[in-house]
Amino acid sequence: MKLPFLPNHDDPSFFDFLTEHHPTLTPTGRSGFLQAQTAVEPMRGAGSMSVPHATTVLAIKYQQGVVITGDRRATEGFQIAERRIEKVFKIDEYSAMAIAGAAGPCIEMAKLFQVELEHYEKLEGVQLSCEGKANKLGQMVKANLPMVFQGLVVMPLYVGYDLKRAEGRIFKYDLAGGRYEESDYHAIGSGGKEARNTIREHFLKGLAESDALKLALLALYNAADDDVGTGGPDLVRGIYPTAKIVDATGITDISDQQICGIYDGLIATRRSKES
Amino acid sequence: MPMPYYVSPEQMMQDKAEYAKKGIAKGRSIIAIEYVNGILLVAENPSASLYKISEIYDSIAFAGAGKYSEFENLRKAGIRHADLKGFMYSREDVTARSLANGYSQSLGTIFSQELKPLEVEILVVQVGRNGQANEMYRISFDGSIIDERTFAVIGGKSEAVQALLKEKGLTQPPELQAALTLCITALEHIGNQKLSLESLEVAVLDRTRDGRKFRRLSPTDTKQLLAT
Repeated sequence: MKLPFLPNHDDPSFFDFLTEHHPTLTPTGRSGFLQAQTAVEPMRGAGSMSVPHATTVLAIKYQQGVVITGDRRATEGFQIAERRIEKVFKIDEYSAMAIAGAAGPCIEMAKLFQVELEHYEKLEGVQLSCEGKANKLGQMVKANLPMVFQGLVVMPLYVGYDLKRAEGRIFKYDLAGGRYEESDYHAIGSGGKEARNTIREHFLKGLAESDALKLALLALYNAADDDVGTGGPDLVRGIYPTAKIVDATGITDISDQQICGIYDGLIATRRSKES
Repeated sequence: MPMPYYVSPEQMMQDKAEYAKKGIAKGRSIIAIEYVNGILLVAENPSASLYKISEIYDSIAFAGAGKYSEFENLRKAGIRHADLKGFMYSREDVTARSLANGYSQSLGTIFSQELKPLEVEILVVQVGRNGQANEMYRISFDGSIIDERTFAVIGGKSEAVQALLKEKGLTQPPELQAALTLCITALEHIGNQKLSLESLEVAVLDRTRDGRKFRRLSPTDTKQLLAT
């Protein structure tokens, strides 16, 4: 059946639908244009093109689920491009993703992934499994590969609550779309290494929610301490990292107030060590 | 060379319309009715998994009567259209009016150009946000589009159900429970048989919900609702 206002298409994936019928709307849709521009020096993109980059994000498993947090800074070279950027996104009722890399394409991928999952759910009448969602995101990262050569890296960190297994899960990706499950915690972005080091020292299996949240914020604080690309709590402007909790009841935003309270305690401890 | 025999356009359209109407009347009715907090959709549907009512977007729902394969295709096309528009522009730019227009165009073109018209009648409803009025569009097999108020009925003996609902003379949108009872009574009266809750497909567009307003009510939910 051909519909005049809609192309004939039979695939529950919104991403594939865009790729086939509206290629200019996909994140990779720009690659043709960029290739033409940088054809002479195809690998030079990263250095020559100046776009805001988002930095450290991390996720930690605890007893009932996963906590996922990210700092608020985006940098453009040695400049701060944005102080309030949001890097942790609610994707659907039971999953969230955090991003590191070129801010624009990252946000676009998160938005597309949100639509993708909702689209599937509406067409098929059921939600994708946690594993299915993670795989789909892997395909989207893989499709972004041409953009990586232009310097527009998108690195997601995906967390979901698996209703069948009744546990939170963390997935990390590589640039080629490889998907790896992490059993305890993971951090990516420019300050990812520092954050992972902090978590490694303090992590225990079956942490309580409040402890996991404290550890996540401590890791971000340490990452900001050592990495210029990562923003710490901005006490003057009142900008704090954002965090979300993913558990059996769905996704909960942690209020700024709560995060502010945790940082006040943390900073007081640090200050007492200095005197 | 044999001459192709001549059929007047009038005759052809009439035949097509009759054919489509017959197909649609064979099925059972679906009612959409406004209630205090939104729109209630009730369908008689013996299958628990092949839905006639579905979510299209944040505040838009779809219901189809007639041939399943045909309205299912329309439903999917509608979801694609809505998701694409919402992705391209913004979520609030997806409207039932534009969707209903698209459906009307599609059905109209198919009716006039294809040999076999679609044997479907569909309903596109949108719950009003921020004090705006609800919208209900009924679209027929030939693409004609009717803007309904208070309630809309498609499929089966839709005219009889409509007449029955009209008799009730609703002036104010009823509570959800009252609206549901009203729909069930009307369906039972026309079908001349008692309906079990398992054979009903019930969904609401509830304006008090955050984000996506569509919610399906399972037989247990309906039972609870009717019991209170």
